Order: sequence, then structure tokens, then C-alpha cells
Amino acid sequence: MACIEARGLCKAFGTTIALDGVDLRVEEGRILGLIGPNGAGKTTALNAILGLTPYQGELRVLGRDPWTERERLMRDVCFIADVAVLPRWIRVSQVLEYVAGVHPRFDRAKAEGFLAKTNIKRTSKVRELSKGMVTQLHLALVMAIDARLLVLDEPTLGLDILFRKQFYDSLLNDYFDRNRTILVTTHQVDEIQDVLTDVMFINRGRMVFGCSMEEFEARYLEVMVNPDQVAAARALKPIHERQLFGRSILLFERVDRQQLAALGEVRRPSIADLFVAVMGNSTGSQASGTQGVEQ
Amino acid sequence: MSMQSAAAPESSRGSLAIAPAEIPPSRSMYWALRRESWENRSIYIAPLAVAGVALFGFLLSLVHLPSRVRTASTLDPMKQQELIEQPFDLAAAALMGAFIIVAMFYCIESLQRERRDRSILFWKSLPVSDLTTVAAKASIPFVVLPLFAVAVTVVLQFVMLLVSSAVLAGSGLNVGTYWEQVGLFQASLLLLYHVFTVHVLWSAPIYSYLLLVSAWARRAAFLWAVLPPFVICVLEKMLFNTWHVASFLGQFFTGGTEGHYAPGTMPMNPLTHLTPWRFLTTPGLWVGLAVTTAFLAAAVRLRRYREPN
Repeated sequence: MACIEARGLCKAFGTTIALDGVDLRVEEGRILGLIGPNGAGKTTALNAILGLTPYQGELRVLGRDPWTERERLMRDVCFIADVAVLPRWIRVSQVLEYVAGVHPRFDRAKAEGFLAKTNIKRTSKVRELSKGMVTQLHLALVMAIDARLLVLDEPTLGLDILFRKQFYDSLLNDYFDRNRTILVTTHQVDEIQDVLTDVMFINRGRMVFGCSMEEFEARYLEVMVNPDQVAAARALKPIHERQLFGRSILLFERVDRQQLAALGEVRRPSIADLFVAVMGNSTGSQASGTQGVEQ
Repeated sequence: MSMQSAAAPESSRGSLAIAPAEIPPSRSMYWALRRESWENRSIYIAPLAVAGVALFGFLLSLVHLPSRVRTASTLDPMKQQELIEQPFDLAAAALMGAFIIVAMFYCIESLQRERRDRSILFWKSLPVSDLTTVAAKASIPFVVLPLFAVAVTVVLQFVMLLVSSAVLAGSGLNVGTYWEQVGLFQASLLLLYHVFTVHVLWSAPIYSYLLLVSAWARRAAFLWAVLPPFVICVLEKMLFNTWHVASFLGQFFTGGTEGHYAPGTMPMNPLTHLTPWRFLTTPGLWVGLAVTTAFLAAAVRLRRYREPN
């Protein structure tokens, strides 16, 4: 069953095209990372999915049209836009009361339980909390809602590394299960590599790459090539090459591991490395044979 | 998951929607109003503060009360009553003024602030519709504030009456006549009528206009609300040497037919002639209410369409 299904999703702001025919299908129980450079259309895509912006094309979230059925959809969908959106004047106790009042699937005791593990006081106003605490509060609210889709748009922006780590740990340990779907965008790609089940790259309003993490790991390998074997390695048609401390690091797609092991040190590439490779290829020569790239 | 737009059979979509637990609209509305009361504490603080100041001023003026009542008793009954009532009328007028100012500032701020601090992303992440939110915001100037202002006025006037009665009794003056002259019960009913005809129904286009500008303007909503009408009035004066626009707009503040009191009489004077039938049959009232509805509908639409960032 598809949790999110988009076909030919388009959105323009004046003459700027933010989404240019996005096709997307996210099954239930996945954690999808939507990765893209600034201005690629990530937030616009999320806004369309959340019913915050009108669009052209076909889009179904949990079987509903988000634009016409937003408030109904919001019973089953949660989102954290970024750390700064909780109203600064509200008290912790008030926000708990309010969400309990308007949300049929909110479990207040559960939220209180999460908050009990933090230093957040019930009487504090949001403006008195640190950025990390605001995120903890928002996460506590969201995790106490029995939602089926959670959308996170740069949820850890501006947080220090401890909070970021904690954020994803609680998400995985206390929240995620096979009935829920999580869609996340972030610039800190490497931090969520092990969290994701699927990854997708967006650039200039188009989905340029997408695969599951199992597929990713089976398909891509990175080799730190021995200096004397660079020419031989290049003959295997790497999709990307970069230099690090004077050594060449080549990224291969669908090349036999044994064959690569002879050339140097083989390792799992990071999503960020693949991202650079795919973006470089799709914006540059477009000469690569990267599969999954839609031209 | 796949990149391809796998053709899912249309029939499978319906089964995705699970039966949602219902939140009745009245409950969403209640919480939307609670939110307003948390966010805008001026709604109740300002009228209470004004009432406090009015009471303080009245207490100071009590020194002169016995002599004033003695002077009044030498005048003819009309003048007598006017003199006795005056502090009560002033207190009511002060609270009405507070209500109008608070209501206007509330309206111009309310829909813009949530976009400015981006908290609208949080509010919209919850299952509360734009209609409910705007309706809750509109009910602050249309229902909550006027009722609260009238209630505070009535309590304030009652306290004033009790205190002043005690002072008069201490000076050996007749408290019974004094109570009759003040006529608090009648005055309260008149005040309620006055507030809801003149300051709510007749002025409704003003508040809805301010809410609309608040939903529309990206910044400086106050300037957007005030400057265009002001410029139009000035232009009209310069080009045609007339004030038609200004007087047209001005009538929304002064209250149409129910607002036309003889000069020198306070609005809540019981001797004012009430003409509810004439008021309710004034076409201008209904045109104004239709415009109000249109403005509010536009505000709902703007809140829905405005890009969150």
C-alpha cells in the first residue's frame, strides 16, 4: 500500500518552477530521506504533501487529496517543519492541553512520559527554552500522536550534535514501527544514512535518483585506489572520482566487489558522496550511465 | 518504493483511509478560543486595567460626592439625574473605548503574527480547519470582547454604586433616591443593547476588514489597513474639496442610526430613544454585514492559500 503517491506533481511560483513533474511512491513502513540542494523543491514537495500549498498533478497521501482534505489528513499525519515553529508565547502545559484538545489521536500521558526524561518544565514558555529543548518538546508532542505519516523538514537544523543524535535515536526506538512512514529532508545526510530505508534525490524540481538502502549498498561501492592502479580503475568506468590526501577515490556502480578489491581499499560510500556524484552528473555533462536518473 | 509511477488500482485507495476518531466542531472552536486567550492576554487585561483606573478615579472623586448630591437636589430632575449619572457614564465610556481599541489592535495583529513567527506551520499541523481558526479569531471582537467589556462595566458600576452609597449613607443622605437616579439595571441593559448594535453589528465591517488585511499583509499590516483609506480621503479633499469617503467611513465608527444621539447625552442614557426596528431595517446594516461575511471568507481563503514561508 502506498502512503504517498504522486504523479506529474507540478508547482510554479510565478515563472520559477519549484516542482517539475515529480513522480513519487512511498510505501507504508518506510523511512525515506529526500535529499537535495537548496532550492531543489524539497520544502515545496513537503508542503504539497501536507496540504499547505495547491499544486497541479496527482497527489494522494494516505488515500486523500491533501489540498482539499488537509484537516482530515492531519489526524493521521504529523509534521515538524523545523525547530522554530512552536509559538514562542505558549507554555509547555498549554501546548499539551491544546494538542490534547484538538487531536483525537494524541496520548497526553505518553507525551508527559517523554517530557519527564528531559529538563523541560511544564510552566516554561517556549521562548524560555533552548533550541534543543524546543525540539525535544515538539518531538514529544509528535511521538505521542498515533499518526501514520510523519514528515520532518530539516528537523535538526541548528541543533548541536548531541541533540541531533538523540533526536533520531528516540525517533527510531520510541516511535517508528512498520505501520508508520517517515519522510525526512535534511542537509546532514550522513547522520541519517543508517536511519533511512530509502533515499531519494531531488534537483530542480525533479526526482533525479531513488532507491532503497539495501539496493544502495548492493549497487554502489567506493574504492580508495592504489596510486599505481588508477588507470586500471578508471577503465571500469567509475561514476565519480574525487581526490583525498592525494589519493583517488572512485565511486562505482554495479561493479564486482572482488574486482574492485584488487584495486585498493573498498568501502561503503556515503549518501553524500553519491549525492555529489549524481548531482555533478545530472547538472554537468550528463554523460554517466547512472541508472535511476531520470532525464 | 520505486521511482516509477506504478499504476496502483484506484480501488485500493479507499481502503487506506481509516475511520478517524471525531472531534466535534464545538470542541475545536473551544480550543481555538482558548488559544486566543493565551496568545492575546490584552483581551482581558486591558479592560480590567481600565476598570481599575476608572475605579481609582472614582474613589478619589468620592470626596466631593456628598456636596455634589446636595447641589443636585436643588436642580430640576433631568439635570439632577444627569449629574448623578455622569461618573457611571464616564466609566462605561472608558471601557467601551478600551474594548474598541483592543479589538482593533487584536484584529490587525492576529492573522499576521502566526505567519510572521512561522507558528502557522505548527497550527496547521493539527486537525483544525482555517475556517475554525478564522471564526475563533473573528468571534473575539464580535462576541468575547464586547460581552467581557459589558460584564466588567456592570461589575465596576455596581462596585462604584456600593462604595458611593456607603459614603452617602455616612453623610446622612438618602441612598434610596440615589439608587433610583443611577438606575443601574436599566443602564446595563441599555449598554448591552448599545454595544451590540453600534459597536458590533454596525462596526462589523471595520473588524472584518482589519482581519482581512492581517491575513493578507506580509508585514506592516497596520499601515496597509490605515494608509490607503487615509490617502483616498486626502485625495478626495484635494481634488473635489469634499469629505464623502471620510464621512462614509466615519459612520462605521459612530454607529449609524443607533449611534445618532443628541449632543451631550451619553450613549447609555436611559432617555435615549431606542429604535431597534429602524436599526434592523436599515439597508446599510445588512450591506455592512454582507461585506463582513465576504471579508471573513476572503480571510479564510488567504490563510489557506498563503505560502507558509
